[in-house]
Amino acid sequence: MAELKYALYTGCTARESTPELLMSTMAVAKKLGIELILLDEASCCGASHLQDFDDFLSLVLNARNICYAEKLGLPMVTICNTCQLNTVMTKERLDSDEDLKSQVNEKLAEVGLEYKGTSSVRHFLYALIDDYGLDKLAEKVEKPLSDFNVAAFYGCHNIRPSHIHHKHNSKVIEKDVGEGGGEEGFTTDPMMAKYNNNENPYNPNSLDRLIEALQGKSVDYDSKNKCCGFHADLQAPKTANRLTGTALLDAIDNDADMMVTPCPLCHLNMDVKQHAVAKEMGRDIALPVLHLPQLVGLALGIDPKELGLQHNVSEATFV
Amino acid sequence: MSTERITKKLTFKTFRFNAETDFLPYFKTYEMEVGKDELVLDILNRIKWEFDGSFSYRRSCRHGICGSCSIKVNGKPVLSCKQNVWELVDIFKTDTLLLEPQSKKRVVKDMIIDKKDFWDKHARLKPYLEAEIDEHPEKEILVSPEEAEELLEADYCIQCGNCYYACPVVEVNEEYFGPAQFAKAYRFNADVRDTAKRERLEAVRPMGPGVWDCVKCFECAEACPKDVNPIEKITKLHNQLFEEGMAEDNVATRHAVGFKHSIKKHGLLDEGELVRYSEGNIGVLKHLPEAIAMFKKGKIVMPWNMPKSKNLDEIKTLVKSSSKVKF
Ligand code: SF4
Ligand code: SF4
Ligand code: FES
Repeated sequence: MAELKYALYTGCTARESTPELLMSTMAVAKKLGIELILLDEASCCGASHLQDFDDFLSLVLNARNICYAEKLGLPMVTICNTCQLNTVMTKERLDSDEDLKSQVNEKLAEVGLEYKGTSSVRHFLYALIDDYGLDKLAEKVEKPLSDFNVAAFYGCHNIRPSHIHHKHNSKVIEKDVGEGGGEEGFTTDPMMAKYNNNENPYNPNSLDRLIEALQGKSVDYDSKNKCCGFHADLQAPKTANRLTGTALLDAIDNDADMMVTPCPLCHLNMDVKQHAVAKEMGRDIALPVLHLPQLVGLALGIDPKELGLQHNVSEATFV
Repeated sequence: MSTERITKKLTFKTFRFNAETDFLPYFKTYEMEVGKDELVLDILNRIKWEFDGSFSYRRSCRHGICGSCSIKVNGKPVLSCKQNVWELVDIFKTDTLLLEPQSKKRVVKDMIIDKKDFWDKHARLKPYLEAEIDEHPEKEILVSPEEAEELLEADYCIQCGNCYYACPVVEVNEEYFGPAQFAKAYRFNADVRDTAKRERLEAVRPMGPGVWDCVKCFECAEACPKDVNPIEKITKLHNQLFEEGMAEDNVATRHAVGFKHSIKKHGLLDEGELVRYSEGNIGVLKHLPEAIAMFKKGKIVMPWNMPKSKNLDEIKTLVKSSSKVKF
């Protein structure tokens, strides 16, 4: 197999409030021989909030980020669900609307860039599962997670809206699907999972399959595909805390020893806010919450320090 | 050619409850051979006709247009008369399907729910065209294809309620209008003939019931059988509030605008500063316990260490030249 090489779009959170996400991603990639080139030129994706204020500006900025992956001639990989969704939504809109694309390119030309649409954009979770391969990953496990019940928390922006993710996060690309391929051939039915082994947003399984490849036991609980409320944290804290709390307690009540998520924003709510959330829910909450690469890294036998476990707020010392 | 009909033996676990006689809901299981052209509505009919005449559900048009037959199958909101059963078997990889009403806490009988809250909230957003219409016009009021395009998707809404009962905010905040209602507000706001745009924006901008309380989970986009994409319409209502100069200065609007300031300054988001900017100097204090916990764990970047994007000049140029909205 050819070497795996990606342009890594870190997003803001991995550079600031979840430094452990970047550390663990780099450590896991190194151990697996995946080459990651950091896109240091990239800006914030707008996280769906800039989009509420100035949609066109968010398109231009996201297109610029993709330009840098295109310049390297590499597929882009993301480590945040919200970055993934905002980047692919931009890509979708520009790739399907020549007029919009030329408006955006007119702006990008001012800084000597051009968006072409040549780089794919996928979340690291699916790069691990589909590009690297679960079987190969399973062979690399040095410290099986056999003692642990792990609750997979998927995070909205990696599973919904599913037709976008089927197109970008999935291994099966447009031209392989349906008669003749192209827009016509690609199913817009949200859940035509028969075309690929990708997520059913009402019963996602990628993280569960990953946990099992690491020999952990994946917890079956209702909240795994629900929202943590992050995007309304400031304006509707009660709503956000209830959503976070319901999911955490659901995992706890189903015997989870820890939770894992591919999204640093879910991680912030689930890990950092347990105290505030416990107050809202009227129950104690204490559950280690790991970033996806932290969990993978532990199973690969990487030193917990290198995975930044010391940065997690909810103690993850049992590992 | 064989005329033998190919079927699958499937099990339907069905939610049963009669508010008039039952204390608790229960599940009843029905097994049947199902052909590949059968829809969920065919199954509901067969349960009633072949197994239990008291089984209750709503349906009317059978053409995916009246919005009355929505239920949930294995947690997925579906329009019964549109959803093929074998397809569900395929995507859930199971021979057992769970049939439930859209919202269990609103059940009247079996699949039938009380949609009063849905319609009440709907009515509050002027779900109709308000326009000064000449009763004896000399010629038609022309709407260009481009203008019609703006509202087309939203116009496809059949008020089935799939998005509304899937929305997690509706579940925890009784005031919240909900996705279908916002999609409808957008439908008429985007109509060039309408004159009540500002009134609707007035209604959707307060925190609590309004558009700022959306958690952006995309459940509504996923649930909609007509591809209305309500969350996208909510985003457009946000945009309209800014464009019309009707966005109030509050934590939600400052949160959105704060992204632009931060990106212009650093390329990346200054997360700490964003919270301060959104909440104000006093409001930010309520986040102190979390900030301290984060600080102890090395999760807070000090202003002097704030990372910046490489080629920041480009970003500054683009923010300046591409920014279309003022606040
Ligand atoms: S995206 Fe917003 S409106 Fe849609 S279901 Fe989620 S919270 Fe509700
Ligand atoms: S927006 Fe879609 S899901 Fe919501 S009520 Fe209308 S048709 Fe149903
Ligand atoms: S019966 Fe009218 S939409 Fe299904």
